[in-house]
Order: sequence, then structure tokens, then C-alpha cells
Amino acid sequence: MAKNKDKVTLSTLWSAGCGSHGGCGCEIYVRDGRVVRVEGDKNHPFNQGRLCPKGLAIPQYMYHKDRVTHPLKRVGERGEGKWQRITWDEALDTVEARLKDIRAKYGAESVIFCQGTGRDIGGPITFLMYAYGSPNWVQVGLAGHACYTPRLGAMFATQGAYSVADCSQFLEKRYDSPEWEPPKYIILWAQNPAAGCHDGFFGHWIIDCMRRGSKLIVIDPRHTWFTTRAAIHIQNRPGTDGAIALGMLNVIINEGLYDKAFVEKWCYGFDELKERVQEYPPEKVEEITWVPADLIRQAARLYATNKPSAIQWGEPVDAMPAGSVVAQAINQLWAITGNIDNPGGNVIAKNSHGVTTYPFSSAELTKLYGEDLVKKLNEKRIGANDYPMIKNFRGWVQPDVLIEQLETDKPYKVHGAWIQTSNIIGGQAADPRRHYEAMKRLDFIVYVDLFQNPTSMGLADIFLPAATICEKESFRSWWQPLGVSVPAVEGVDEARSDWEINLELAKRLATTPIKYNTVKELINDRLKDGNTDYDKLRDKGCWEYPPEGDPTRPYYRYQRGLLRKDGQPGFDTPTGKVELYSKRYEEWGLDPLPYYEEPRESYVATPELAKKYPLILTTGRRSPVFFHSEHRMIPWLRELDPDPECEINDQTAAELGIENGDWVSIENAHGKIKMRAKVTPTAHPKVVTAPHGWWLPETDGKAPNLFSTWEYNINNLTTMGNQGKSGFGGTDYRSGLCRVTKIKD
Amino acid sequence: MSRNGLLIEYEYCTGCHACEVACKQEHNYGGGVCGIRVDELVTAGPDKVQVDNVPILTRFCDLCAARTLAHEEPTCVKHCQASCLLYGPITELVKEMEKRPRSSIYAPK
Repeated sequence: MAKNKDKVTLSTLWSAGCGSHGGCGCEIYVRDGRVVRVEGDKNHPFNQGRLCPKGLAIPQYMYHKDRVTHPLKRVGERGEGKWQRITWDEALDTVEARLKDIRAKYGAESVIFCQGTGRDIGGPITFLMYAYGSPNWVQVGLAGHACYTPRLGAMFATQGAYSVADCSQFLEKRYDSPEWEPPKYIILWAQNPAAGCHDGFFGHWIIDCMRRGSKLIVIDPRHTWFTTRAAIHIQNRPGTDGAIALGMLNVIINEGLYDKAFVEKWCYGFDELKERVQEYPPEKVEEITWVPADLIRQAARLYATNKPSAIQWGEPVDAMPAGSVVAQAINQLWAITGNIDNPGGNVIAKNSHGVTTYPFSSAELTKLYGEDLVKKLNEKRIGANDYPMIKNFRGWVQPDVLIEQLETDKPYKVHGAWIQTSNIIGGQAADPRRHYEAMKRLDFIVYVDLFQNPTSMGLADIFLPAATICEKESFRSWWQPLGVSVPAVEGVDEARSDWEINLELAKRLATTPIKYNTVKELINDRLKDGNTDYDKLRDKGCWEYPPEGDPTRPYYRYQRGLLRKDGQPGFDTPTGKVELYSKRYEEWGLDPLPYYEEPRESYVATPELAKKYPLILTTGRRSPVFFHSEHRMIPWLRELDPDPECEINDQTAAELGIENGDWVSIENAHGKIKMRAKVTPTAHPKVVTAPHGWWLPETDGKAPNLFSTWEYNINNLTTMGNQGKSGFGGTDYRSGLCRVTKIKD
Repeated sequence: MSRNGLLIEYEYCTGCHACEVACKQEHNYGGGVCGIRVDELVTAGPDKVQVDNVPILTRFCDLCAARTLAHEEPTCVKHCQASCLLYGPITELVKEMEKRPRSSIYAPK
């Protein structure tokens, strides 16, 4: 294809299109007003020219025949699939009138604002929600809030800041930066980084580090490409990661392998932690986790005696019983070894230039929307009064409390939902049937997305068509660098960006006037914190690292007084130190020290149930070609991963009469679905691994079928109501029970 | 002049499939046609289960003739997330091969 006649726009990829969390720099090629190709930008330090399958498939996504590109209104019953095209004016007038009516009758809190995973949507959705006056921002159905928030909350409590594995991503010269060095060991804790850019971390940075000498310790119930190349593979029973962390702490402390100078000077509560971990000698941990005690010792010794080393962790940590406690224990591993904010350790991660795009924390919400408003609205935030950690750390609704409230109307009834790029029923929700039934009771549901899916088909009253990342102005400050997204073309047909839609509706719904006329004015106002603006960043190639001396640049900021508001050295915690004994957990009524908690349903907790369902089910296995429940309709991607496929051990399969490629039924006390069996020795004999988010866009979308979501969505075997004491974690996404049987033709 | 080919350092191929989709985008291939394919290779050894990924070129690979004519590298090479593909004269690739743990060379014509 001759490229030289095409117009090229540089931009930053984040959100719809590739779908992902990352911030890849890209070149968007446009011919005759159409995007014909998306490539990586070699000058962008994030991806250095590379791009994942989802990014490379963007043109097929943008111009897909099934993409919704005009506003629609439902004309039949919910789920009947009868839609009528309407104008934007009619759509916005309807939404404005209905939402104003609900607010007047029942109060603004009776409308919930629902998003999916952490993308640029966090900015526009909070902007609209606060303008309307509701405190109820939620990932509906995300049991135990198990996606990064438990880890973020644990790090906030322990060290007053977030950390990530240092792969030089905070420095513009990347691997050539003189101040950086590769981690000697990287612990990959419950993540397959090759599948994507989880939590804003470009997964293949791990491979870049391996090429520069980093060795691996991998904690994963499966054999994978990474375990094949690891010095140590800890193949633990799913759900027991907390015990692994406590066992490693036990070894490092009792063998005196911790960084004594760092602990002495910068940590609080070491003696209490030392006492607590005596309850977890490696032999006891072996009983809990199935991992040989000596292997735990070896892993602990290698990690602690090779500095710098880093831990890169995944979402299963959040989904553990007491997820925020497991995260705390893992955080303590890098703390007591002094691997914090050092080159090649767990570097402190701050939003570039101090700019907020997606207000993760209560502190950022307060900065953007004012203390009075956030405090006032918090009084009615669902779940906030039940869980101090939820109330004080992050501005979300607790999803397990929400589903109860949707069903019981207590303490107040929810009447409306604004759902923006979130496939609740076919995606994140545990027990999706329960959510479907509960949400059908709502009076009015607006759905903003790019394709019809089980949630929009089953629940939407108005469908507003959103733009892909190639069609919109946006900005990104999730860690580094600060970047902007630049539209290469106008919205396809009538699609509009989430920012544009929400700004327009915020103007109509706000109780105090909105000061921005355009999206660019809003973005520029937020970029002021970084002393820059949208056009400047665009003209520089869409990205910029903060200047030398900026507190959002590494390293050793605790020594330089760059972490605390008072400018003193130390950490931004009540004691000014890394709190191994957490004062914040104590204040929130939680155990200040880590402990192990068994999954709610397991061989140990429910042995009778385990006789009926003898295999462990771990869901949420990532595919490199899909992002959560997205992309199933994109031919270039679907042909690489055509069927929902569970992994089952070859010997286990033989005992069950299952052959590779057979369709099987996966069933437990909560539900039953089917998948194709991938029979493989990479699976643990007792563990079945299933991908999440499967629905078939090529099948009937109308209720009751809803694109076959009840047949293939593994979340039908998961439940709500298992949340940990903090409100975070405690789900059965990763550690349920099941049985698998061959489906006879 | 030496013919050009691709060095595939399969030790580092993670099986992310970026090369395949890059190829489809470049050539607008559909219906499963592609110039490169990545196969997963699982071996249950005596003490360890090994997982490797092996990219192979198909007859639809033209080494991105249009791109290389314009002095750009083949799209699979550019986008490979593990940076395990290398394009160049076969004689040069052979020298590179000696330095790497596990690799293969493909020379489609």
C-alpha cells in the first residue's frame, strides 16, 4: 500500500479502538477522510514504535458495519431489539428532561454513573456526575472492586503513594537513561504481561528488561511462556497468594535478609510485622498453598539478596480473599528490602506533571471538584458509610452493596443509570443475571458506547454513539508521560467523543454554570498543573516528560522531601514512614497487619461442596487480542482467538473423557456455561482456567439470548457479596470451584 | 547482492500476535489469510512444562515489498512487541543468528 500520499497524525492511544489502558504513541494514516492504517510511533518512549494487535486492528474497528454511529432510542420493550434512529438534539433533550425529572422527584443520588475499566472515561464521567449532583460513580458488578483499587488503596495506606515495577518508563531516554538500571529479579505476581498493558504498564517492558539481564520469579498457577523462562516458578493454589507473601516475609525477616538501614530509618512497625509473620513459617505456607517450603525460601532469598529487584503484580491480587490485605503484604516485601523508589525497584508512580485526567483518589476528586461538594455528596455515596477505606480512599460506590440496594431499594431507590463504555452484563459483573434483573427495574437508562452488546441490548433506553480514540481530543497523565490524543478524522457519521457528550450534558444539567465552552478549554484548564496546554503538547509530538526536579520524576523522593505536603523527607503517611503496621488501616477499623484468609468456597473452607465440584475455577484469563469483553466482532482479531476456550490439564481431561477441542460444560453451585476445552499440560491438574467477557456478537442480540451471554460468560459462575472487611477484594473470580463435563453431541 | 530475509528470534516470541495483525492491516488480508503465523509449542519435559512460540512465514509474505522500497521496515518487524524480528540481507542475518540463543531465518521469494 503506498503510504506517501496519506496524511499522518500523531496521537496517543488510550480507550475505545484499541480499548486498552496503555498510552502508546501512534501514527494514524488518513486517506480521503478515512483512517486507513494505525501504526506505532518510533519516537514515543512508551511503546517505541511497537503496537499490540488491538491497536493495529483499529481501522477495522472504526468502520465496522455493526458500529453504532447515530443516536438511537428504544421503541419496543427493553431487550426486544427495536431501535429508532434519532437526532442528537432529540437524544440530548430526552436525556436532559428525564434526568432532571428524576433529580427533582428523588434526588440526584438516585442516578448511578457507571463506567467500565480505567480509561479516559474516568475524567468525563466524574465531570458529568458532579455537575448533575450524584455521588454514585461505579463499576457495576465488579465484585469487591477487584481491579487495581485494592492494590492502590493498600499502597496509599502503607506508603502514601503508588509504586510500579521500574522498567525505565519514568525517564524519556528509557533504557539508555544513565540513572536507571534493570531489576536483577522481577517477580511476576499473578499476571501475564504479554497479553496487554494492564494498569497502564506496557507488558513487553518485561521482555525488554529480560534482554537486559533481569531474571524472573513467576507466581502463577499455570505454566506459561514466562514460567518456562523463570528461575523459580511458584505454582500455587489459586486464591492463596496472601500466604505466599506472608511466607516470603517470614523468611526474609527471620533470616535477616531485609535492608536493615532502610527499615531502621524509613519504616514504622517492623517489630509488630515480625511478630505477625511468625504465624506463617514456610511449612505452614506449603500446606495452604501447595508450594514446597524450600521453593518459597529460595524465592524469598533470591528476591531479598539481589538488589534492585522489582515486583510486577496483576489483578488477581485484588480478587483474592481480603485483596487489600494481600496487596499490603506484597507492598511490605518491596518495602523491607528497600526496593522503593530506587532504580530497578518499585518506583513511586505519580501522574505526570501532577495533572489529573482520571481522578483515582478522593484527594484528586477533591482537587478537581472541591472539598465541600465531595464531602456533601459522600453522605449518600452507596457503601461509603459501611466501609471507611472506601469512604476515605476513593470516590467509588461499593459494588456488592450496590446490588443489594438495587434489589431492596434501601436506604433509597435507584431510578436511573448513565452507563458509559461498560458492558456490565457481558463483562465485569459477577452474577450477571442478578444484575440484569435488578437493573431492569430502573426507570431510565442511557447507554454510551460504540457497539451493541448484551448490556445495551438488554437495558438501554437511549443509545449515544461514542467516538474511538482516533476521532477525539483527549489527554492522559496516567503515570508517564503527559500526553494528548489528537483526532485524525471527525467522528464517524455522528459519533461524538465522551468528553464532548458529557460536557454538553453537564452544561444542560449543572446546578452551577459550567465555565468551559469547549472540550479543549476544559483540557487546557487541567493541563495548567503541568504548565502546558493541548496545542503545545500536540506540536511536540503528543508527549512530554516532567522537567528535572519535578516531584513526578524519580528517584529517592522520600530522601529529598518530594513526597510530603510539608516538604520534609519521608513518606506521606501518618508517621511519615512506610507503615508496616498501618495506622490508616487501624483508623479504618481494619487489622493494621497482614493475615491470610481462605477463599469462601474451596477444598479447605467447603470440603463437602468440593466433592461435588472438584476442580478450582480461575476466571479472567487474558487474551492478547481482546480487551475484556470487547473486540469479539473484529475479524482480524477474532480469527486468532475464535472460541471461548477453557484450559484443562491433559491427565485430568483424560480421566473425564474430554479431548482437546471438545465442547464442555463448566458448572458450579452458581451457574453453568459452555466452552471449548483446550487440553494442555500447562494447566495444573486441579485448576481450570477460563477467559472472561465472552459473548457472540454474530448471534441473536435480543432478549433472552442477548448475544449468547448466558451461555458463554464465565461470570455466570461467580457471585457477589464476598467482599473483604475493607470492602475491597474477596471475590470468587479467581478461586471458585467447578466441575467440567463433556457435552455429548 | 544477497537476498533479504527475516531473522526470527523465537526465544523471545511471547505469542502476542501483533505481527499477524500488522500483516493483515498492511496487506488488507482477510478470511484468515496472513503472511506470518505464530504457533504455540508446548512440551512436557521431565521436570518442567515448556511453552514456546514460533512465528513462521507463509506464502503470503512478500517481506513488505512496498514498505521496504520506501525504506521502511516490514510492518511485523516494526510492531513486534518483543522486538524479536529482524529484517536484512540473509548474509548479515546469519551473523546475527550466531549471537542469539534460539533463532531461525526465513527467506521468502
